[in-house]
Amino acid sequence: MKENNQERPGLFELFISFFKIGGLTFGGGLTMLPMLEYELVTKRKWIESDELLDYYAIGQCTPGIIAVNTATFVGYKKRGIMGGIFSTLGMVSPSILIITIVALFLKGFMDNVWFQHALMGIRGVVCALMINTVINLGKKSLKDTIGWIVCIVVFVLAFLTNIPTVVLVLSAAVLGLIIDFVQGGKKKNVD
Amino acid sequence: MSTDILLYLQIFWEFFKIGLFAVGGGPATLPYLMELTKKYDWFTMEDLTNMIAVSESTPGPLGVNMATYAGFTTLGTFGGIVSTLGLVLPSLIVIIIIAAFFSKMNKNPKVQAAFKTIRPAVTGVIAAAVLGICRVSLFSEAKGDLIILWKSMILASVVLGLIQIKKLKNIHPFLWFVAGASAGIIFRF
Repeated sequence: MKENNQERPGLFELFISFFKIGGLTFGGGLTMLPMLEYELVTKRKWIESDELLDYYAIGQCTPGIIAVNTATFVGYKKRGIMGGIFSTLGMVSPSILIITIVALFLKGFMDNVWFQHALMGIRGVVCALMINTVINLGKKSLKDTIGWIVCIVVFVLAFLTNIPTVVLVLSAAVLGLIIDFVQGGKKKNVD
Repeated sequence: MSTDILLYLQIFWEFFKIGLFAVGGGPATLPYLMELTKKYDWFTMEDLTNMIAVSESTPGPLGVNMATYAGFTTLGTFGGIVSTLGLVLPSLIVIIIIAAFFSKMNKNPKVQAAFKTIRPAVTGVIAAAVLGICRVSLFSEAKGDLIILWKSMILASVVLGLIQIKKLKNIHPFLWFVAGASAGIIFRF
């Protein structure tokens, strides 16, 4: 490849990046966001943080595990179908390796006191990292009053009710289209 | 031997279905996994509960971990690989198709208008989930009372404060996990 590495990473590089993300994240799913943000946005600059939100939104509305879907998305964007496949395999390989080992010692692990202490410490850190990620995402995604209102309403609904996330995300999409339609109408009137 | 191949196909198919129908990521796989405990003797409800805890403390998404675990316990290492690939394959296909469209469509003004409100909504969804995680990690519920886990609370606050410092911003998140685990062991969380 003669192209700039930053622009067009190799398939193996994609595999390794997602292997690292899959292998160094604790908690899975949502807790992967800080790691995805660090590896893909801050360090490698493969995507912008609002792109991460887009992928996450699509991941919420499509089948499959969100972290894996994000890997497929980024991989496809960088290197097409093979990129998608290599990124996805990179993301799941650490799980296969680690769980196979853990499955052998599962009971002993769970009963170990030191392991429990360490786990509680990790949980505290996970909270801090995730709050930080939400702040970063908010800085990018909340640009106007409508954005803030949508965010707060969805936050309250998501926390207090059992409305499926898909419904919340799709409703927001419909609202966006309605606002666009109304504003478009206004602009035409001005013209 | 032929029954083995049948079992491989069966476990691949079951996890392929979960991968296809579990919309919304990790937690969405849970109801399907619970169904599997009734349908097959691949893993029990207790295994599933343990697995949720293990997933929180081992790398990787819960759904993927569970697929590997179920495949491994029934058919060994190769079983773990087969079930995990089964889980991942549907979304791999779906996302590649969507990504192909998305790269053409995301310049469409209508799509951009929709994403203008989708992004704040997703931020809200994530914030709510984070609040849920913090509640479980920083508080303990005993007899209906919420007890603050002070050690965890202080650790979380200190880390959150430290990440705001510019020089510390680019520290690899894994190092924070290591620090958290050490603090947990030293101060006996």
